Amino acid sequence: MKIAVLSGKGGAGKTLVSVNLATAANTSAYIDCDVEEPNGRLFLKPERIVEEEITVKIPQVDTDLCDGCRRCVDFCIFNALAFTNRLLVFDDICHSCGGCVLVCPNKAFTERDKAIGRIQTGSSNGIEVITGILNTGEPSGVPLINELMKKAERLEGYVFIDCPPGSACTVMESIKDADYCILVAEPTLFGVHNLNMVYELVRLFNKPFGAVINKCLEGEENPAETFCRGNGIEVLCSIPFDSELGELNSNAEIAVYKDKKYRGMFVSLLERIKQEVKRA
Amino acid sequence: MKQLLILSGKGGTGKTTIASAFISLSKARAYADCDVDAPNLHLITEWESAPESSDFYGLPKAEIDKDICVECDICRQHCRFDAIKADPEYEIDIYACEGCGVCEYVCPAGAIKMTPHVAGELMLYTDFEKVFSTAQLKMGSGTSGLLVSEVKKRMKNAVKEDVGFAIIDGSPGIGCPVIASLSGVDMVLIVAEPSLSGISDMERIIDTAKKFGVKIAVCVNKYDTNLKNTEKIESFCRENKFPNLGRIPFDTEAVKAVNSGKTIADIDCESGRAVKEVYKNTMEMLLEI
Amino acid sequence: MKIAIPVDNKSLDSNVSASFGRSSYFLIYDTASKESSFIENTAVHSSGGAGIKAAQTIVDSGAKAVLTPRCGQNAAEVLKGAGIELYKSVSGNAEENITAYADKKLSVLDEIHSGFHRHGGGGR
Repeated sequence: MKIAVLSGKGGAGKTLVSVNLATAANTSAYIDCDVEEPNGRLFLKPERIVEEEITVKIPQVDTDLCDGCRRCVDFCIFNALAFTNRLLVFDDICHSCGGCVLVCPNKAFTERDKAIGRIQTGSSNGIEVITGILNTGEPSGVPLINELMKKAERLEGYVFIDCPPGSACTVMESIKDADYCILVAEPTLFGVHNLNMVYELVRLFNKPFGAVINKCLEGEENPAETFCRGNGIEVLCSIPFDSELGELNSNAEIAVYKDKKYRGMFVSLLERIKQEVKRA
Repeated sequence: MKQLLILSGKGGTGKTTIASAFISLSKARAYADCDVDAPNLHLITEWESAPESSDFYGLPKAEIDKDICVECDICRQHCRFDAIKADPEYEIDIYACEGCGVCEYVCPAGAIKMTPHVAGELMLYTDFEKVFSTAQLKMGSGTSGLLVSEVKKRMKNAVKEDVGFAIIDGSPGIGCPVIASLSGVDMVLIVAEPSLSGISDMERIIDTAKKFGVKIAVCVNKYDTNLKNTEKIESFCRENKFPNLGRIPFDTEAVKAVNSGKTIADIDCESGRAVKEVYKNTMEMLLEI
Repeated sequence: MKIAIPVDNKSLDSNVSASFGRSSYFLIYDTASKESSFIENTAVHSSGGAGIKAAQTIVDSGAKAVLTPRCGQNAAEVLKGAGIELYKSVSGNAEENITAYADKKLSVLDEIHSGFHRHGGGGR
């Protein structure tokens, strides 16, 4: 069962929810697709890490064959090429489309592998922890997320996918094979706006979903809950604001391990999700 | 016009809460929201009139004319982004298409055209006194430095007389949109959160901002949620000689304020009082020569 | 010799643009003939790689020096690859910077910022 955890904006509690659910499930896998800021590993502290490099194809030019016609420079919509007295290729701008290779009349290009990041696989108390880490300066995390999703396909049991924040294409890639999506939101007007973005996204992809509202204040108005009610969104769990949980989280500790009451909360959230998936 | 940029690294640290309080306290006549992925500032600043909105075009996307397509499959074989679907008709997955133009180039039938694609919406609020520029990216569009530059440019162009200063709510992260936010500003206020990830974000942003030769200052939001980390941030500032402009406590009243469409400076609360102090210090630093 | 300056408006008293890659125009000034012309910066609408494209425009213009407040890594590589010198502009308009350059009052721009071309959405 693949469960993707999303939020319209960072800081809502995506990692808190996915890490603690993975822990509550005992045996599970946790995949961090937030490849620009993969923070789940700070909480789970996986051991016996195996690392593999992820590469894309980028062009290199044989300057002896290049006659400076500039067809490639004109073709490259990403502006990854320039011609001064010789052709320059900018690896960090290149999107690996292969266009320059195709348009070059002199066959001056060949392609080579370039590492864009890595995937770390390790384990933490029965949880398989798979982390995608994008190298700084890379234009696209999509090839890395594709590799993470290939790994997810082979996994059985509970797989929790910690998505990048927002509703960009990297998020679409991350939820593509999910059986269920959890939308994490804060109980404020800002939270509603950000929730609406991921709500539209999961509907577009026809995924079954429910919401978790984090940092709820007792007795306070809760616009996120009102929004959910108004739109028929199931609220799976309202996590109360409490300074203890906040402190555990800011020190990158897993609440489920630290306190029975949090274990209870995430175990019942997991139960709830199981039922929802059955119904879907 | 002096420009103040408010940044935070990670989202959700309270950047917008602080920016909106500053706007209210200073009665700012020019401000902008550069958080184009998830803009929130418009939710808390009151405008009677609707904004003037216009489309923002990103990279073009491919379009297949099915009447001309001969289903030779060459485009699909050359697309590196799996953006061409062939079930049963040939079609572009616009969310996967990166706009590179390879399919258009290889199509022997001339059935594929690169067509302009709206990636977001720019909105400009104006009245006799003030200007507010903001934007929202469309679903599936990647964060764009270009859109951030446009938001700032529109604010600047709409300002008719010297309004003294402008307040800009910055983009999250440390990538290209942050660079676009930084370009041309006079001062950066970094809103740090006392968590381990918040500290590392702050350090990365400072590294970036230093290269732009702008004034840099820090304040700590929700400081009381982890005093040890707050002290770490403050000693980092002392060691590196970045002014620390104050602490703002976690305050449940802040949530109430936001939910009633007010800023924390508009109601009598602890965080509101603290933000006034940070505001005073910030403006002194921004406007000093 | 021709020098290039990123500017916001098509006039000698224009501000020097805060950004090289995303400036609206380039002022091309010929120090010998004292003539100036303006070229549009087509890179201003680029989603990415604006600095590279803008630098290509400068290379093609035949300018031998650029006066700019800052410059990204990639643009600097193109400019330097073509043997173009980079100088740090000072506050004041374009004309004042031309005078400062002629009086040899401008220092070489050595602070090159990395581009950070990291698009949150992954560029798709």
